[in-house]
Amino acid sequence: MFLLIFKIALIVILFLISLGVAAYATYGERKVAAFMQDRIGPDRAGPFGLLQPIADGVKMFMKEEIIPNVSDKLLFILGPCIFMITALMTSAVIPWGTAMEFDGVKYGLQVADINIGILYVFGVVSLGVYGIMIGGWASNNKFALLGAVRASSQMISYELAMGMSLIAIIMMSGSLSLNDIVAQQGQGKLYGFIPVSGLNWNIFYQPLGFIIFLICAFAECNRTPFDLPECETELVGGYHTEYSSMKLGLYLFAEYINMFVSGAIISCLYFGGYNFPGLEYLSTVLNPNLVSIISFGALFTKAIFFVFFFMWIRWTIPRFRYDQLMKLGWQVLLPLSILNVLLTGGGLTIFSK
Amino acid sequence: MGISQIIFYMLAAFTLLSALFVVFSKNPIYSVLWLILCFFSIAGHFVMLNAQFLAVVHIIVYSGAIMVLFLFTVMLLNLNSETEPHKPTLLKFAAVLSGGALFLIIIAAVRSTMPAPYVAPQLSEVGYVKNIGMKLYRDYTLPFEVASILFLSAMIGSVVLAKKERFN
Repeated sequence: MFLLIFKIALIVILFLISLGVAAYATYGERKVAAFMQDRIGPDRAGPFGLLQPIADGVKMFMKEEIIPNVSDKLLFILGPCIFMITALMTSAVIPWGTAMEFDGVKYGLQVADINIGILYVFGVVSLGVYGIMIGGWASNNKFALLGAVRASSQMISYELAMGMSLIAIIMMSGSLSLNDIVAQQGQGKLYGFIPVSGLNWNIFYQPLGFIIFLICAFAECNRTPFDLPECETELVGGYHTEYSSMKLGLYLFAEYINMFVSGAIISCLYFGGYNFPGLEYLSTVLNPNLVSIISFGALFTKAIFFVFFFMWIRWTIPRFRYDQLMKLGWQVLLPLSILNVLLTGGGLTIFSK
Repeated sequence: MGISQIIFYMLAAFTLLSALFVVFSKNPIYSVLWLILCFFSIAGHFVMLNAQFLAVVHIIVYSGAIMVLFLFTVMLLNLNSETEPHKPTLLKFAAVLSGGALFLIIIAAVRSTMPAPYVAPQLSEVGYVKNIGMKLYRDYTLPFEVASILFLSAMIGSVVLAKKERFN
């Protein structure tokens, strides 16, 4: 019974954190952009403009809701809902921290520890495209349709390379459970001899896989330099051209949630998740619940760093052309990721004996 | 009736209903969307059988990849009821006749089968990744490899077909 309450509390907290991070990521994006372009950025609402996300939210809700006459009304409303739901669903299998302990019973800081966690993430990511496709088609606008078609072909193309780079991780860890993958990175020494505990991260074994995964994550989130589905110069607004008010807000918002969640997943797969040097020592001297919160803080910091990295790239690198995007996906990333799988297999056979 | 049985009946009803809607929807986009929901409920059946791996792979492959391509094609074809060509009466008649014959055969086949006695399923671990991998790569290696070569040839064939148009 307590387990159920714990899980529900965890779900609610994760939900609030995702939404809060997404809200402040919009503010952060403007501040980062302003910093990069030597401007000040939002500073009117509250101290340092900190209330800007709330003002934006209120504005979004107050705007007039327009549903085009010729659109498919049901699907038009369904599109942003699906996009938002799939964005929120992924965080269920992420192990957010070390286990908490109440009355001597351990409760993992993870909503669902399913034994195929990483495939679940992959499955949900592959469903995310429906939100864009349905929304883009239901608008009954050729720019929206073109944006939706671009989004879907881009996502399918980059999913392949993403899956192949995941396979290298799975080969190394021998498990599909995200919990195991993260726990393994906290054990043992880096390269077998560097005596720092909790630093046995996959990034040191899989640099190529990490770069491929990161690029694919950019493409899956439709972020610059791969934001062709909403390319303003060619497609007006892309798949959300016809959307207004909070439905547009949901699309924009879900993109930030996607960024946060993919940052968390990248940290879990390659940067040790909640592990950090010194976690082992802390867990011997501190209360397990406190350690749990500290380890959550570690993962959160890593995820936020990746959100910042997404923004950094956005304001640094211009957009690809669409044929360049496809060429990169199919002719560069896919062969590289297959090569990475072969290298990992070779490395495992040589070094694991 | 246990909770898993109730879930099973609900899932089964939903599967059949969504499969029917695939056929009865006027708009091809809705057909594709109902088919996606149908695949989801089949994935639900896999979960009920404790085969989470199959469920997720089913969603990734069918809902996440194949149906996206279907949707893609249907959206670009812009199939509307107005643009649909009128079919000749003879064709309709032939369709009804062949469909009816197939229905008759299915009914005859179902009538002649003896329903097997119900065996309460045990919580098997056949659906786990490890066990499936063992089966595929140890017991059924040859069929597995032959199937993958078949896929490879299909892939190469489609690439060749797509390339040809550019030179013409």
